[in-house]
Amino acid sequence: MTEEIIIAGFGGQGVLSMGKILAYSGMMQDKEVSWFPSYGPEMRGGTANVTVIISDERISSPILNKFDTAIILNQQSMDKFENSVKPGGVLIYDPNGIVRHPERTDINIYSIDAADEAAKLGLAKVFNMLVLGAFLKLKPLIEPEYIHKGLEKSLPVRRHNMIPENEKAIALGMELVMPRHLLN
Amino acid sequence: MKDIRLMKGNEAFAEGIIRAGCDGYFGYPITPQSEVLEYLSTTNPKERTGMVVLQAESEIASIHMVYGGAAAGKRVVTSSSSPGISLMQEGISFMAGTELPCLLLNVVRGGPGLGTIQPSQSDYFQAVKGGGHGDYKMIVLAPASVQEMYDFAKLGFDLAFKHRIQVMILSDGAIGQMMEKVELDDQMPRLTDAEIVKRYPWATTGKTPDRKRNIITSLDLNPVKQEIINQNLQKKFKHIEETEVRFEKIQCDDAEYLFVAYGSSARICQKAVLLGRAQGIKVGLLRPITLFPFPTEELARLAEQVHGMQVIEMSAGQMVEDVRLAVNGRVPVAHYGRLGGIIPAPDEVLHVLEQNFITSKTEKKYEPAAY
Repeated sequence: MTEEIIIAGFGGQGVLSMGKILAYSGMMQDKEVSWFPSYGPEMRGGTANVTVIISDERISSPILNKFDTAIILNQQSMDKFENSVKPGGVLIYDPNGIVRHPERTDINIYSIDAADEAAKLGLAKVFNMLVLGAFLKLKPLIEPEYIHKGLEKSLPVRRHNMIPENEKAIALGMELVMPRHLLN
Repeated sequence: MKDIRLMKGNEAFAEGIIRAGCDGYFGYPITPQSEVLEYLSTTNPKERTGMVVLQAESEIASIHMVYGGAAAGKRVVTSSSSPGISLMQEGISFMAGTELPCLLLNVVRGGPGLGTIQPSQSDYFQAVKGGGHGDYKMIVLAPASVQEMYDFAKLGFDLAFKHRIQVMILSDGAIGQMMEKVELDDQMPRLTDAEIVKRYPWATTGKTPDRKRNIITSLDLNPVKQEIINQNLQKKFKHIEETEVRFEKIQCDDAEYLFVAYGSSARICQKAVLLGRAQGIKVGLLRPITLFPFPTEELARLAEQVHGMQVIEMSAGQMVEDVRLAVNGRVPVAHYGRLGGIIPAPDEVLHVLEQNFITSKTEKKYEPAAY
């Protein structure tokens, strides 16, 4: 098993930290993992993205241009990465702020109203965990206990009181994800 | 239990020098290697081992602090990225002239000038051919993973002191910024002053009644003596070329075509090898781990086996010159590079290899087969 993922959105949406939690969780489950961030001009205002690979084998290139799954959280990232999903792959997006919805018919497309839900909960910070839940529902690569360990590893100890809230958001994200276009 | 962590390349290097018994780090922040100093500042090396960590006022100050520490027989390090390494060249040349061991890390970004903060491999010439003045070489190690960023800290110190030479780790922004699993070793103790006196009789550890004063200088105005100094340096470089070559071969045994790439480009080529093999193309990868000394003999051997070599670098073509020298016309060598911080993709480099070598080879297949 090798899962190649791109997560892309605005800086501040928790794109890099979502990737980090995923990578840590994979590592705790004894997978090979890599995490390659955009650290360039994007990071200094505008868009941010991270490539995460989770695999049973040694990872060849941590830098890719084709992905099994794209998690897309703003319009710029949709424009940039919709075509980077491998045929038959998965695209997950939050329609909030999207003016041009994905059009491909050779991939599975799902949406999650994570921004709206996070606002409703009054917990903007769990936005990315709602999205992570959507991903884990569609690609159950990592057992919940290892997600818990991943959260413990990637959050500083003084934030460990937030772990139950994050786990609740992941569970809620699993319920909220909706199919938009499915292959037969 | 094994201590396995998820770390950025820059952090792994910083942890690596601490655990390898480093005495002092002197540096100045620059993207994309600022995490080195940041990590050292937040993980208490002073409390852990007594190691000194100092943010100098500039790169020029950093390298000369390294020069001073190395003269005293200490295990010292600086790190920077391309523009900062350019500033350090005077100090590096002086250390070459005085044969002082030290460890240098260049997390390369695109140039020339301030260029960009994105990854590049355009400092190969500067690192491998001697970036400062004078006839000198450094040992240059090219890590291709976060684990190697960690491992090469200790290896770099070992080589530096074994040969009394500067060791440069030539990394790039991609390896520095990405996170992978790293397996950590136990902490090595720092050398005591008494151990340094015993092991390094050349070090300026204070005059004792039983020996002459040690003087560290690269100046000798007598040309006869200066020629001997230079000849001895060249003897050392030759010895290093004979004994310290390191490389990795991936799927080379039956390869008909060969990628040659180092650092993050080698990782991209590794994926391209998998993609190529899935299409039935017999392609392999030679990854130089030491850029000086260069795996010249191995490439010459492979030149007898393969139909073509495709060099992939994030530069306009630097290492390709050493590959061509090694191959010496026996087999075609093509270069493909992306510039200015652009990273090539695995299918892109495979396509280039196919275009350069295989299309014509396929046509040849239509010729009457040999007996």
